Amino acid sequence: MEVPILKQGDFLIATFQAALTDEDLLQLQDALVARVGKFRSHGVIVDVTALDVMDSFAARTLRALAHMVRLRGAETVIVGIQPEVAFAMVQLGLSLEGVPTALDLEEGLAQLMKASERKGATFRGR
Amino acid sequence: MGDEIRVPIDSDADIVIARQQGRALAERIGFSATDQTIIATAISEVARNIIKFAKRGEIILSTTMKNPERGVVVVARDQGPGIVDIQLALQDGYSTGNGLGMGLPGCKRLMDELEIKSSKGKGTIVTMKKWTT
Amino acid sequence: MSKSNSKEGEVKKVAEPVRGETTAALLRELVAHLRQNRTQLRQEWAKRITEAKLLTAMSQEEIFAEATAVYDNYVEALETGTFEALQGYARNLSERIIPRGVETHEVVGIVLLLRDVLARSLFAKYQHDFALLNRILDAYEPAANRIANTVAVGFVQERERTIRQQQEAIRELSTPVLQVRERLLILPIIGVIDPQRSRQLTEQLLRGIRTNRAKVVVIDITGVAAMDSNVANGLVQTVEASRLLGATVIVTGLSPEIAQTLVTIGVDLTKMNTVGDLQGGIEEAERLLGVKAVPLSLIEPQTKS
Ligand SMILES: Nc1ncnc2c1ncn2[C@@H]1O[C@H](COP(=O)(O)OP(=O)(O)OP(=O)(O)O)[C@@H](O)[C@H]1O
Ligand SMILES: [Mg+2]
Repeated sequence: MEVPILKQGDFLIATFQAALTDEDLLQLQDALVARVGKFRSHGVIVDVTALDVMDSFAARTLRALAHMVRLRGAETVIVGIQPEVAFAMVQLGLSLEGVPTALDLEEGLAQLMKASERKGATFRGR
Repeated sequence: MGDEIRVPIDSDADIVIARQQGRALAERIGFSATDQTIIATAISEVARNIIKFAKRGEIILSTTMKNPERGVVVVARDQGPGIVDIQLALQDGYSTGNGLGMGLPGCKRLMDELEIKSSKGKGTIVTMKKWTT
Repeated sequence: MSKSNSKEGEVKKVAEPVRGETTAALLRELVAHLRQNRTQLRQEWAKRITEAKLLTAMSQEEIFAEATAVYDNYVEALETGTFEALQGYARNLSERIIPRGVETHEVVGIVLLLRDVLARSLFAKYQHDFALLNRILDAYEPAANRIANTVAVGFVQERERTIRQQQEAIRELSTPVLQVRERLLILPIIGVIDPQRSRQLTEQLLRGIRTNRAKVVVIDITGVAAMDSNVANGLVQTVEASRLLGATVIVTGLSPEIAQTLVTIGVDLTKMNTVGDLQGGIEEAERLLGVKAVPLSLIEPQTKS
């Protein structure tokens, strides 16, 4: 199951499905990093609203993703982590330290816009 | 009650199947949404360890009862290389597979009970339980 | 084949099933009797329940309806020797009658009454043949005890479950998540926190963050006297989980003792957003939200000291 990546102005939005395999996650990571370079995107939103579980592999992959995206001069925001998922994550010992988070897509976009205002980014349409 | 669900673990797609089955079972016996997620997360971790360290194995899900509580039992078994030092494997940050080393100690925190039986070269059996309430 | 010492003439159709002499055959005999006299026996039972002033919270019709259902399940358990259906029914019954204030002794009472009603009817029927009566009772007794036990245990379990649920509901009420302004929540924690309550608080807060779209949360622990390392860990997890939902947590009212506990378990206090008191915490929150501060007294007059 491939994760669709949407281009919205200066930002990229990837929306997770419920059941992602490790393979899917790694593919997404590569695809996003490549596209940030290609489109010179200012920010990436990873929407995990539908994700049922965030385990150590998913967390590690997202952290690595955020790191690589940052190396290309863009910010990543993880949005839509569900309360139950967050609860299980912190008990497992995963806190996604250093990776920005937001409540949902709308918040995440607002956050990215604020961050890139100085850079003169534009955000068109929705 | 008492039925067993066996999920063979052969590829990373099976990890998803195992955790979905585990969640459904947990829901059936009355676990809260949070506990369902907790159980699914723990299953994901032990299933991934099977793929990562033993290539293949299986997850066996069942229910149990200790009046008045009900419980779900997750058994992850494989015939892989085994864990040499179980104490060490249960410590935060210990990993021989360049992971975070969070999986097993995390499962111990997520679940109510966790027991590991393993012998070098023969395989590993991780048994985890969680009780309602 | 027949070792029955009763006079053949008197046994008539009764003799057929009991000839086998086994417990199973005796139970079959018994079940047939209970089926035949269903109407009369359950009426008798319902009458005895009312006389004993049991199930007073229920109407006559309700008692009769339940009595019928229990009676049928009872006979079925005797017949099949399996108790699942009865157990299920007992749970279901308990679920319905517990909220109406039915007590454990009443449930035990009615099951014992049924046992008594049935035993009396067996006496009446078999008094002519004392030996047969004895064998019938020998077969009946253990099954009846098990049935009584099943129903009573089912009830007690259900009751315990209800009590636990009520306790949870009370706890839920005792720590409200307050929305003081748009996007700002306050969680004032008062009293003793055990791991269970800590977990519940966290779940409640996380749900609150989502439904209120909160961006900042002030957790005030002025009212918490002490914390063991488990609970302190829980607090740290609450802060982390809130951040995962996109909310910043400010902790206020941290006593020196609790601060010490946090340091002991390895928490880097500089990474935690702490402010001296609730008023200061709210001001900080409003600064983060980019809004002008409102005096605490206007938000929550009771907490003003
Ligand atoms: N099924 C298994 N067979 C053999 N060794 C195992 C197995 N499961 C765990 N181990 C050993 O225990 C160590 C700790 O496991 P744990 O799941 O905690 O960490 P990890 O898998 O290395 O990293 P992470 O789970 O954080 O990605 C592993 O590195 C490995 O050495
Ligand atoms: Mg692991």
